[in-house]
Amino acid sequence: MPHFAIVAVSILFDGLAYAMFLFITSVGLSVTMGLMGFVNLAHGAFAMAGGYLVVTLTRTLGVGFVPSLVIAAVMVGAVSIVFERVLYRRLYKSTDLEQVLLTIGLAFMAIATATYFYGPIPKSVPLPDWLQGDVNLGFRYFPSYRAFLIVLGAVLIAVLWYAFERTNIGAKIRAAVDNRRMAESVGINVDRLFTLTFAVGSGLAALGGGLAIQLLGLSPSFAVLYLVLFLIVVAVGGLGSLKGTLLAALVLGIFDTAGKYLLADAGGFFIYAVTVAVLLIKPAGFYGRE
Amino acid sequence: MAASDTMAPAARESDRERAADYLLKRHRYGWAEALPWLIAIAAFFIFPDRMTFGSQVLVMVMFALSLDLILGYAGIVTLGHAAFFGVGAYTVGLAAARLQWTEPISGLFAAAIAAAIVGFITGWFLLRYRGLTLLMLTLATAIMLQETGNLRSDISGGYDGLPGLTFKPLLGVFDYDLYGHTYYLYALMVLAVVFFFVRRIVYSPFGQALTGIRENVRRMHAIGSPVHWRLVTVYTIAAAIAGVAGALFTQTNAYVTLTVFDFDNSAKVMVMLILGGTGRLYGAFVGATVYMVLEDYFSKLSPTFWQFGIGLVLVLAVLFAPRGLLGLIEKIGSHFTRRKRS
Repeated sequence: MPHFAIVAVSILFDGLAYAMFLFITSVGLSVTMGLMGFVNLAHGAFAMAGGYLVVTLTRTLGVGFVPSLVIAAVMVGAVSIVFERVLYRRLYKSTDLEQVLLTIGLAFMAIATATYFYGPIPKSVPLPDWLQGDVNLGFRYFPSYRAFLIVLGAVLIAVLWYAFERTNIGAKIRAAVDNRRMAESVGINVDRLFTLTFAVGSGLAALGGGLAIQLLGLSPSFAVLYLVLFLIVVAVGGLGSLKGTLLAALVLGIFDTAGKYLLADAGGFFIYAVTVAVLLIKPAGFYGRE
Repeated sequence: MAASDTMAPAARESDRERAADYLLKRHRYGWAEALPWLIAIAAFFIFPDRMTFGSQVLVMVMFALSLDLILGYAGIVTLGHAAFFGVGAYTVGLAAARLQWTEPISGLFAAAIAAAIVGFITGWFLLRYRGLTLLMLTLATAIMLQETGNLRSDISGGYDGLPGLTFKPLLGVFDYDLYGHTYYLYALMVLAVVFFFVRRIVYSPFGQALTGIRENVRRMHAIGSPVHWRLVTVYTIAAAIAGVAGALFTQTNAYVTLTVFDFDNSAKVMVMLILGGTGRLYGAFVGATVYMVLEDYFSKLSPTFWQFGIGLVLVLAVLFAPRGLLGLIEKIGSHFTRRKRS
């Protein structure tokens, strides 16, 4: 295979794996922001909590990696309900600024707690054999972990698409994102719907956090460092849109990977340049409503 | 208001008079306004060996003051205000390190102009947007400037920064001293000039228009106020002031690194302002001072504990004191006066 084709395939493969991580972690944020217009800067903290739970489960309790991911997602999802009921719901009608401050306060507290219990050094997890090494796709070897990410992402996209487009609850969520007042007046309990999506979104973020350990490394600063990326995916995709979040994750994931491959020095520049370009042309993101 | 209709006519009249009186006199200087300046001068004599830290506090007060102008008065929520602080800091840093231009006061002007240009260009593009889009665009601006600096680390020094800068004596007479006495007084004077400039803006018709935009942007459009130009103007002014704060930061520290563009820096100044209280000028003084002193004390004990504490303070502030420390003091004060009256 010619050299540029090898580079292109590598970029596409790694970019796709990265995009799947971005999608899994950000999709909950997009739906909850679309539903309630709530700026949740603590979303990264939920992802980080998921990551550290996976570390504890695998390292200390000896649970397998994949079961740990599931347990962490369920636990963080359950705990997030408490946060939503006790803290977040008080601020649904407040200004952006107050929501930003409350949730960034929570993120700071989460970072400090994680530093206290786990220390500032990045953690790693033991992976099962089938996730280590490479997998042969006929023409080239690829790291199995990234292949696993892509497959998992594809499965989750299918499940979420079905839940969103084909089930009763999905229809209610779409209705509430489109017009909350109208949805409430036809008898949809938007409040409960929000709690549900918030829990599912936080659970998915925790899953993303668990997956990120191997991909990006997990340290306490994860909560704020990658939060910016999740927010960018949400803003570029358009609030409350599954399709938009997926497209944004793909575009940003692949552009970022390509930028880092081809121009290592420019580093994170590309992802922000793409963001600014998209938002200047379409301020509400790809599929957001103006 | 419906409530005032039920009041006795005399009471309503006196209320109206008091409101008119407030509007006429609010721009005049009260005795209490001398207090922060007296404290700053007193600090110079009480803590002569902590003046380097004192200069940092003054720099952050100025930075928070510039944010108050756009956040507190015009209602622009930004997560990238560090961009202008950084541009100012690097203007002075690069001029000194690469061009040997080390005269401090002209450096401040250069920093103000550079930051104002960046503020004008980005503001003209970004201030059409609101909400999350605006938050993301301002954030991206600051990070893109940081990445640009990193890309040309041959010029900017990258994350290692530009260490060991030296500046000419102030006005050719007062030289830099080890305890930072000269630079404390210098920073205080610059802050005073900037403050009276900001105070004039806030109480001018232009400042009133900004408050109007914050409170009801549709009505301002409807009465024909040039909303976008007003916002761009105040954004440019705030950028220039943040640039001066950044320039002072570089001059007092004698070094600068790319971390000045960090998201943390933007978030920190916002926290300071919210802590003190937005849209009230002196909120920046109270917030920045309280934050810096607490940080200095607690982060020495344990940085983890400090970070948890500031997070907790933010959460509590949003839930119980949304108008900041000054708002809280006012609330307690009015509680007592109301008791006295009844």
